[in-house]
Amino acid sequence: MRQKNWYLTIGTILTACMLAFTVLGLFWTPYAPSAMSAAARSAPPSPAHLFGCDAYGRDIFSRTLEGAGSTLTIALAVLAVGAACGLAVGALCGYYGGPADALIMRLCDAVAAFPSVLLALVVLALTGPGKYNVIGALGVLFIPSFARLVRGEYLKYRERDFVRSARLMGVGSLRIIFVHILPNIWPTLLSGLAIGFNNAVLAEASMSYLGIGVTPTEPSLGYMLKDAQGSLFTLPWCTAFPAAVVILLILGVGLVGEGIRERMGVAS
Amino acid sequence: MAEPIVRISRLSSWYGRGKDRRQVLRDVSLELAPGQALGIVGESGSGKSTLAKCVLGMVTDITGTLEVNSPRPQMVFQDPYGSLNPAKTVGWILEEPLRAAGVRDKAQRRQRVRDFLPLVGLEEGHLERKPAQLSGGQRQRVAIAAALIQGSKLIVLDEPVSALDVTLQAQILRLLADLKEELGLSYLFISHDLAVVYQLCARVAVMTGGEIVEAGDVDEIYDHPKHPYTKKLLAASLALD
Repeated sequence: MRQKNWYLTIGTILTACMLAFTVLGLFWTPYAPSAMSAAARSAPPSPAHLFGCDAYGRDIFSRTLEGAGSTLTIALAVLAVGAACGLAVGALCGYYGGPADALIMRLCDAVAAFPSVLLALVVLALTGPGKYNVIGALGVLFIPSFARLVRGEYLKYRERDFVRSARLMGVGSLRIIFVHILPNIWPTLLSGLAIGFNNAVLAEASMSYLGIGVTPTEPSLGYMLKDAQGSLFTLPWCTAFPAAVVILLILGVGLVGEGIRERMGVAS
Repeated sequence: MAEPIVRISRLSSWYGRGKDRRQVLRDVSLELAPGQALGIVGESGSGKSTLAKCVLGMVTDITGTLEVNSPRPQMVFQDPYGSLNPAKTVGWILEEPLRAAGVRDKAQRRQRVRDFLPLVGLEEGHLERKPAQLSGGQRQRVAIAAALIQGSKLIVLDEPVSALDVTLQAQILRLLADLKEELGLSYLFISHDLAVVYQLCARVAVMTGGEIVEAGDVDEIYDHPKHPYTKKLLAASLALD
């Protein structure tokens, strides 16, 4: 009998809720995220201000909605850059092999040897903060892990009989790489994407927390945490709610990734 | 006599490079006439698969003469679980050789695939399935169809039945024999099993250590083996029956 895949079920529900929350924030917030209100200064959570207010009287619910959108956009963009380039590099290296592959992989090892946040710090120190710089810096740093993941899969598949048979039939290399082999590595790629997404969310949050990420005009969840750390004990809701959103988002996507891997294990 | 479809003369081949380069084929000579099935028999490591790869143009480090008078010779692999793309449907797998051959029109490809199905004993209902939803015998039928659909006349069969159980072996061998007659194919049949070769091939070459040690009519070799290695192979194959 097939065992129920709880990881996938719970993960999907959680991710869907968090996505709905984020998408809501793109269109609607109860208050303007940066509007201050003297009357609501340091207000605890209440029906009027679900997540409370910070020391300037800004509504934390509205700010969290906006911050989640910002964080999600950055994470997805980082993932898109890293995964697209990583897929291309990994597929070509894995399929063709040879000296170029060896060289590129050593380069990836070198990049991967540093913690990505540290390297991104260096890049942002040179380029200055801002949304697009964060995306560019993190995106490039995410390439090696994807490239290695994809390369391993292509190494495994390039000597399979169905690939040899395609070569004998005169199918072109690029078509073999992207039409014959790629559909077979989707499950691996998806679980890699889930892990990568979480790393991207955390990396963005860490960088904003350190003050080198997004600028104050486009607050992300990490930036809110940085902002609230001074009042962690006096106004705990300013920290608790953005942090909870980060945690739930990562947990949901992480469970989906784990679920996909589990299903693959069952299938093979 | 007609021009041979494969003519190999004093063919030697090597694997690896530099000091790792080692010889796998030594002065191999053979001919395969159109419409004929030639068995290549030997243990693993005897060089029989390398010989097949040479014919298919997959080995480049060779000396000697190698003439293949057939465009795009195809191969049927041993393991029908590995030779079909697990992510695609049977219909796609069978259309792909036509796509590669430049048949652009989708309806035309579909029609050719449908026309081909009865030849290999498959039905239209199989087209929508993935390889994992087929039995081993059905998969090998798909693999054979994919190898033949481009119209290649020379087919290399690399142990095409040794992954199947005995009743299926007989069916697939029967199918291969029928297809050979119907489509005028030539087979290079690679096997470790003399008994299987006996059922499909009129001629056989016995290989060991990268050399052909004995070649001739299959009956002759079966009844009067000369080389000690052939006798050993024969004894092993009879012991199994």
